[in-house]
Amino acid sequence: MAELTYRDAVIRGIAQEMSRDPDVVFLGEDVAKAGGVFKATVGLYEQFGPLRVRDTPISEQAILGAAMGAAMTGLKPIAEIMFSDFFAVCFDYIANEFPKSRYMSNGQTKCPLVVRTGNGAGSRFGAQHSQSVENWCMMIPGLKVVAPSNPRDVIGLLAASVRDPDPVIFLEHKSLYPTKGEVPDGEIVDSLGTAKVLRSGTDATICALALMVPRALEAAEKLKAEQGIDCEVVDVRSLVPLDTQTILGSVAKTHRLFTVEENPRLCGWGAEIVSIAADEAFYDLDGPPVRITTPHIPLPAADILEDAVLPTVDRIAERVSRSLRG
Amino acid sequence: MATAKDRAQPKPGSGLNDDIGEQKRLALYRSQVRLREAEQRAYDLFLQNLVKGTSHLSLGQEAIAAGFAEAMQKGDLSFCTYRGHAHTLARGVPVEKVLGELMQRDNGLMRGKGGSMHLTSEEHGVMGSYAIIGAHLPIACGAAWRAQYKGDKDVSVCFFGDGTTNIGAFHEALNFAAVWKLPVIFVCENNLYMEYTPIADVTAVPHPAADRAASYGLERIIIDGNDADECYRNAQKAFAKARAGEGPSLIECMTYRHSGHSRADPAKYRPEGELEKWKLRDPIKIYRERLKQFGVSDSDIEAIDASVRKEVDDATEICKAAPNPPLDILAADVYADGGWAWRN
Repeated sequence: MAELTYRDAVIRGIAQEMSRDPDVVFLGEDVAKAGGVFKATVGLYEQFGPLRVRDTPISEQAILGAAMGAAMTGLKPIAEIMFSDFFAVCFDYIANEFPKSRYMSNGQTKCPLVVRTGNGAGSRFGAQHSQSVENWCMMIPGLKVVAPSNPRDVIGLLAASVRDPDPVIFLEHKSLYPTKGEVPDGEIVDSLGTAKVLRSGTDATICALALMVPRALEAAEKLKAEQGIDCEVVDVRSLVPLDTQTILGSVAKTHRLFTVEENPRLCGWGAEIVSIAADEAFYDLDGPPVRITTPHIPLPAADILEDAVLPTVDRIAERVSRSLRG
Repeated sequence: MATAKDRAQPKPGSGLNDDIGEQKRLALYRSQVRLREAEQRAYDLFLQNLVKGTSHLSLGQEAIAAGFAEAMQKGDLSFCTYRGHAHTLARGVPVEKVLGELMQRDNGLMRGKGGSMHLTSEEHGVMGSYAIIGAHLPIACGAAWRAQYKGDKDVSVCFFGDGTTNIGAFHEALNFAAVWKLPVIFVCENNLYMEYTPIADVTAVPHPAADRAASYGLERIIIDGNDADECYRNAQKAFAKARAGEGPSLIECMTYRHSGHSRADPAKYRPEGELEKWKLRDPIKIYRERLKQFGVSDSDIEAIDASVRKEVDDATEICKAAPNPPLDILAADVYADGGWAWRN
C-alpha cells in the first residue's frame, strides 16, 4: 500500500500498461518532454522513449485520427486530449468514426483505443476549459465512457480501458489530480461496467461520478452526523457500460434515489438512471427520484460564481434532507 | 518543381517508352474497364430502383484508382472516401460484393450495414470508405504510424477529392505526416468540382492540393489523372519513397467526373462543352489507343471487355437473386463482443 495522488496514479496506470504490452503507445500535446500540462504524464517519455510517447502538434483531429488508424491496424493507443472541452473540435472521431466503424463494416474494423482527457470544473478556467462532457459521450452507441473518482480506480479502470477491445473515453477530473488515496502495490486491473458502493446506508441512494463522489461521501457523513440520515453512496465509475444492477440493488434497499451530476442538467447521465429506475424500480421507490446537477448554463470563471453553480456538499445534504424530511 | 507537362512520359509512337510492360499494361486496362463497367452498372441499377440510398460514381476517374492500386503490394492499405467504389474494386474486391452492398442485399460487403459510402474490405487492404470529408487523412496517418513503429513495410494510401483540401483535417494530417515522416501517400483526385461548386471558386490557389504542398515541406506534384500509366509511375515513386522511410507524398491528379456528384445531381452547373471536352480524354479511350500502339490487337482488347462485362453481368444476377439482410444482424457488432449491450 502506498498513498498516491490521482495525478501520479495516471502516470502509474499508463506505465503499468506500457510495460506490459509493447503495442501500447501514447500521444498528445505536451505529453512527452513536458510531462503534460497537468503533470499527469511526467517521466513516461524518459521511461518508454520517443517512439512510444509522442508529442503532437495542436491538431486534435490528427491526434484522434492517428490513434484510430493505429488501433485499426494493431496498436493499442492512448491519446490525450488536453481538455475535454476540445472534444468539440475533434468530435467527428468521437461521434462518427471510433464508434461506428465496427458496425458499418459488419464487424471487420476494430478500434481498441483510449482517449484520456482532463474533464470538469473547479479550476476557474471559464466556460471552455471547465465543462463536464460525460453526457456528450454517453449518448453515442459504440463508445464506452469511464470516469474514476480516486487514485486506485484511475489505475484499475485505465488498465481495463487499455485492455478493452472497444474505444473508451477516459475522463480524468482536473480538480481531483492533487487528491490522494491508498493504492495497493503491484498490478491493478479493474473491470469496466462496475459501479461501487463506497458507503453503505439504509435511507437513500446517492449516485455520483468523479469529483461529485467525494462531495457525496462528505454530504452523507454530514447527514448522518447532523440528522441521522444514513445514505448509501454509489460511485457510478462507468457510464457505458452502466452497472444498473448495483444502482437498482441499492435503490431496492434504500427506496430513495438521488443523482449528483456535474454536467449541465439537460440530458445529463442522471436522467438516464432516473428513467431506468422509473421503468424498472418504480415500486421500490418511496418518493420521487431527485437530480442534483449544475444548472443549464455555461460555466462562469470567477471562483465565487463557479462554486455557486456546481453541486456542493451543503447543497447535496440540503436536497437529500428536504426530500426525506420535507 | 514538377508540373504535369515536364512529368509527361514520351508519348507512344516510334521509340515507345515501355517502362510499364505488357503484363502490367493489360492489367491496368482490365482494371479500368472493370471499374467503368461496374460503376455504369451501379447507375443502371439505380435507374431500375435496385440501388438504394445515395451513390457517388467514379465514372471518368478510373485511371487513378487503377493506377495506384496496381502499384500497391499485398498489405498496403487503401483509405477511400464515399466516392470509393472504384478504389474498393481496384484492390480486387469482387464486383458482386460491391453491387450487393449498393443494392442492400445480404451478400453485400457489409451485409447492408454500411452502404455505398462506407465500403470496407480489410482482407483486401480496403480499410474503409469515409463519408465525413477529410476524416480518413488522419486515420491513414495512424495506420502509417503503426507501420513505422512496428517496422512493417506497408504503405497507407489515402484518396480524396479536391473539396477535401479546404477542411481542417487535411491540413492537420499533412503537417502531422510530414513532421512524423510517415509512410503515407495522399492522393487528391481533382475533378474540378467540390460537389456542385467549381473548386476554383472557393480555393485561394489554383491547385488545391499541390499548391499547399510547400506549406508542409512536400514536393508540388500535379499529374494527368486520366492517364493510368502516369498514375502508376507516380504511385511507384511515392511508394518507394515511403518504404525507404523518406516520408509522405501529396499527389494531385487532374481528372473529371463524367456524372454528377451523387445520384441526385444532374450536374447542370457545368459549362456547355466541358464534359464533351473531357470525354475526349476519357481514360479508357486513351488507354485503349495506347494498347493498340503497343500492338495489342482489337480482338484481344474486345476479349478483355467481354470478360469484364460477363463478370459484371454475373455479379448483377447474383445480387438480384440475393436475399435482403436478416433482421438479426441489426444490433450485432456495436461492440467488440458482437452485441450492443450498454448496461447489465
